[in-house]
Amino acid sequence: MDLFEYQGKQYFARFGIPTSPGGIADTPEEAVARASEVGYPVVVKAQVKVGGRGKAGGVRLANDKQETRSAAEAILGMNIKGHLVRRLWIEHASDIAKEYYASFTLDRTAKLHLGMVSAKGGVEIEQVAAEDPRAIARLHINPVEGLTEEGARKLVEEASLDEEAKDQAVAVLQALYRCFVEGDADLVEVNPLILTVDGRVHALDAKVTLDDNAAYRHPEWEEYRATELEDEREKLAREKGLNYIGLDGSTGIIANGAGLAMSTLDVVNQVGGSAANFLDIGGGASADVMAAALEVINTDERVRSILVNIFGGITRCDEVARGILDALGRVELKAPIVLRLDGTNAEEGRAILADHLSERLIQETTMLSAARKAVEMAAQASGGAR
Amino acid sequence: MSIFADENTKVVVQGLTGSQGRFHGLRNRAYGTKVVAGVTPGKGGSDVEGIPVYDTVAQAVDATGADASFVVVPPPFAAGAVLEAAEAGISLIVCITEGIPAQDEARLFNQLKRDYPNARLIGPNCPGIISPGKCNIGITAGEIALAGGPVGIVSRSGTLTYQALYELTQQGIGQTTCLGIGGDPVPGTSFIDCLQAFEADPETKAVLMIGEIGGSEEERAADFIASEMSKPVVAYIAGVTAPPGRRMGHAGAIISGSQGTAQAKMEALTAAGARVAKNPSEAGEIMVEVVKGLA
Repeated sequence: MDLFEYQGKQYFARFGIPTSPGGIADTPEEAVARASEVGYPVVVKAQVKVGGRGKAGGVRLANDKQETRSAAEAILGMNIKGHLVRRLWIEHASDIAKEYYASFTLDRTAKLHLGMVSAKGGVEIEQVAAEDPRAIARLHINPVEGLTEEGARKLVEEASLDEEAKDQAVAVLQALYRCFVEGDADLVEVNPLILTVDGRVHALDAKVTLDDNAAYRHPEWEEYRATELEDEREKLAREKGLNYIGLDGSTGIIANGAGLAMSTLDVVNQVGGSAANFLDIGGGASADVMAAALEVINTDERVRSILVNIFGGITRCDEVARGILDALGRVELKAPIVLRLDGTNAEEGRAILADHLSERLIQETTMLSAARKAVEMAAQASGGAR
Repeated sequence: MSIFADENTKVVVQGLTGSQGRFHGLRNRAYGTKVVAGVTPGKGGSDVEGIPVYDTVAQAVDATGADASFVVVPPPFAAGAVLEAAEAGISLIVCITEGIPAQDEARLFNQLKRDYPNARLIGPNCPGIISPGKCNIGITAGEIALAGGPVGIVSRSGTLTYQALYELTQQGIGQTTCLGIGGDPVPGTSFIDCLQAFEADPETKAVLMIGEIGGSEEERAADFIASEMSKPVVAYIAGVTAPPGRRMGHAGAIISGSQGTAQAKMEALTAAGARVAKNPSEAGEIMVEVVKGLA
């Protein structure tokens, strides 16, 4: 889960990473109120989970009430790369002397943590990375040992940060690393990490991606989850414990396991169709989960056929079959189902469905033939047009 | 022969008394695997259909001589369970648990590497390993595999592993060993570890490799194939149609920027001399040709 900047800063604050005083606003009135609390001049910042908002005009400086109001009016409702701005972060403007960059993430290839620091932070960091990679200091950290003060200092020295910023930067890096590890983040990034004219180092931006697998030990993430702007179908799926991504084709896909689900999308595409979604019912799905999956797909108006591709391992095909019957009894499915069942308890599953097969519930023996059949049915239902 | 597990492998199931542990542990035993013990803290002294249950892995190893472990416990306890197995001297640890936090996994990988370099972890978030006719540790349905070789299978995805087994078995091609390395960002065993073992195994004559979007493990495997493999490799990569920036179920399956696309992986593998199929069925068909050509 990606956090908004303001949430990232709140998360940083838990670990003692210094940020500017600020507050959130959903209306121009609230923006003015926050501005008078934090003190002028202020920066009015669009809260969207996408980069490049500054260049899109989503970040403005305001020196008084009137400027704050007009900045807020301009930015709220703005569409930045497909993201609608619904919320602002108003913070006291900093006198910036220098802009640095700092981040921690997992280097999957090295299987170690990777810390990166640069004296050339700011909006052009990706360009710096591409054109002048040596301007970015990198340090691999063994997760068993963690980041030592020595390691943090090495990063700061190699990045050639300004002398007066070094001690504070070391402390910020150590706090940021704690946020990364103890905070169960996949990524923590500060760009820019600034040195102010009066010699303070703090985070002017915050990019935090939390590891969804760790949600069970972070009840405090619930408030972040609440602000996730999801596609209605995706929200419904998540409530049912399904892994769903909405796409825009006409064949609904249900498969068990991410790999098989991706492969099913590919095969549907190869036989001339288009997938309406990615839906992985996960490992060990029960009849309930299978029924919920069909219900979620059924809410998608574009779906003309549903391809259920199950290869049971930990998932048992008899459970899947029961789920399909349960769903058929509970809701009226708008599209026909093409089903392929193999693996654990496949025979039991097929036997459960044997008496229920019809033009609305078709069984195929292979993944490829099932994809062909589903795509053909979707084409027929759309009057030949896909 | 087979790699990593064979007819002599003695398995302890950590979590045998849970519903999944019981179901799959008993299925593994029914397949012919030597499932010699179970471990559930607090349930030592009981048994599951004749399989003795111990409180700790160390006790299970002392009593039964188990040398492999099948870890089927929930995410909060999985990393601890793997370490307990390693500490008890288990050399092959198969962890199927899905949903372990990435920080725990990264720490686990490096702790095993540092403190228990002789322990091999397969997974987490994987279907396990099957050496057909000899041993099945994990959640793969044994009946879809065909004993006798000559193909080794390695896959990042669980269900696609089954699909791969099924395609080969349908074509009458047997397998030496088939294993899923798991879809998480820090798998205990990599493609390269498996390719290396298959290359060294005299009975494995060709390898089927199933990858997916995200990360760069397939590209690294391609480098290995180009420089170290004499045996033919057929590959399939899932996720050609996956949209960038969306995590496709597996924690590792995400295209970020230009990194990790199926296209890049397919190109790297083709350049390395592997034959790349565009779907699992085609992978099976290509393998038929490859096996015919082995003579």
